[in-house]
Amino acid sequence: MTAPFYVSPEQLMKDRADFARKGIARGRSVVVIRYVDGIVLVAENPSRALHKVSEIYDRIGFAAVGRYNEFENLRIAGVRLADIRGYSYDRRDVTGRSLANAYAQTLGTIFSSGAEKPYEVEIFVAEVGDDATEDQIYRLTYDGSVADVQGFGVMGGQSENVEAYLRDHYTADQDLTTALRLAATALGQDGNGGRTIPAQDLEVAVLDRTRTQPRKFKRLADRQVAEALS
Amino acid sequence: MSERGGRLDKAFGAVGSSSFTEFLASHSPQLLPGAQGVTAGQLEAAHGTTIVAATFEGGVVMGGDRRATVGNVIAQRDIQKVFATDEYSCVGIAGTAGIAVEMTRLFQVELEHYEKIEGTTLSTDGKANRLAALIRGNLGMAMQGLAVVPLFAAFDLEREAGRIFAFDVTGNKNEERTFHSVGSGSTFARGSLKKLYRQGMSESEAVTAVIQALYDAADDDTATGGPDLTRRIFPLISVITADGYRAWDEAATAQIADEVIGGRMHRPDGPVAPLTEGGESR
Repeated sequence: MTAPFYVSPEQLMKDRADFARKGIARGRSVVVIRYVDGIVLVAENPSRALHKVSEIYDRIGFAAVGRYNEFENLRIAGVRLADIRGYSYDRRDVTGRSLANAYAQTLGTIFSSGAEKPYEVEIFVAEVGDDATEDQIYRLTYDGSVADVQGFGVMGGQSENVEAYLRDHYTADQDLTTALRLAATALGQDGNGGRTIPAQDLEVAVLDRTRTQPRKFKRLADRQVAEALS
Repeated sequence: MSERGGRLDKAFGAVGSSSFTEFLASHSPQLLPGAQGVTAGQLEAAHGTTIVAATFEGGVVMGGDRRATVGNVIAQRDIQKVFATDEYSCVGIAGTAGIAVEMTRLFQVELEHYEKIEGTTLSTDGKANRLAALIRGNLGMAMQGLAVVPLFAAFDLEREAGRIFAFDVTGNKNEERTFHSVGSGSTFARGSLKKLYRQGMSESEAVTAVIQALYDAADDDTATGGPDLTRRIFPLISVITADGYRAWDEAATAQIADEVIGGRMHRPDGPVAPLTEGGESR
């Protein structure tokens, strides 16, 4: 009889993390940038139908990278959680923080449970406030850890190149057009000179605090994106 | 409530329906309107009264009086009975106010939930059918005397026209092409609109017709509130066009209401319709 191999907990977690990280790096990057009137979420995504950026609630947006079925599952869970909370309490009682917590617990439990494959996803939960000081962006990783994002955030794909570019060029208080141009150029950074991403391959949505409706999330049409980039 | 031990429970990730009501029924049925049920017996609750809607060239207008009654007592003088349910639709409620408001809230979330999950809005007929299902779900309560009869108005982006849907307590849905009214004063409001409505009215003409109809309803129905001149409380008017839902400015409504009242000073029964002239068809 052969003795089962001993695998240390450290090694086990490392293997699971490597597995998730590899899956996430395979796709394209997603960028969130704060601008003067809110938060803009930009993904390189040629698909019209399979969204990477979506609305969760009045002030809360969602962006994800990784396996589509896994983050779509989390997105729907988030919409259900937000709607049930808003319905049973009040619309103002739905916060990005509680949603980020629920996601963190879910991802963390799946990551450390031996019975399930870790999720190969990373998520941004963005919440726009009445003024810039109340804006919140959370970044959630495959293992359930949460980070507070200041100014801008990148995940998925060649995120180091994109992040390096943003670090050099990001300024606070820019307007939407500037922020969108910055995001598009940053997403094209591939480490050897960069490429230009056509406007129709960008999926763009804003959380705009100047909107008069309670729902601050708005998708930008290809035409609007192209105008901003030209 | 929603998460067990922090992690989102399985129901949140379940594959299937885009309906919030169905999700609520399976996950938290206690939150559905009327979930507690009622035992037999008489109950005194606030009732909303008259809602009027009319289509016009390029849209639809809906208005409601401002009175809520409990038996013979006026419970509220400035109640709101017309609510936007999404960008292109609204609901006016008549019947038991508590249940009607809860049902409207659920309907609002239902439409928004579908839009977020599916990435597209429901068709106008789809919205009306969902509302019919909610009303049917309240049938048990209606049998106990707590009926809710909403009036649904929407701008149909495919047909580029305003549409009105009326329901009965069993959820039977009827589309009205021109105008309709529900609530205790609806008989009088409908009679009034019959004489005042004409094809191809402008937005402000339609609003005037609705205010005239509400005046007539209040004139003959004790439960419907007329214009309150001392407190300056006038009907709330909502309009839906291709540009979406818009609540009419209260000052603009007051101005039309003042004109209507001015006319009634001379002729308390309102404008005269020609006796035999039937030139216009609708």
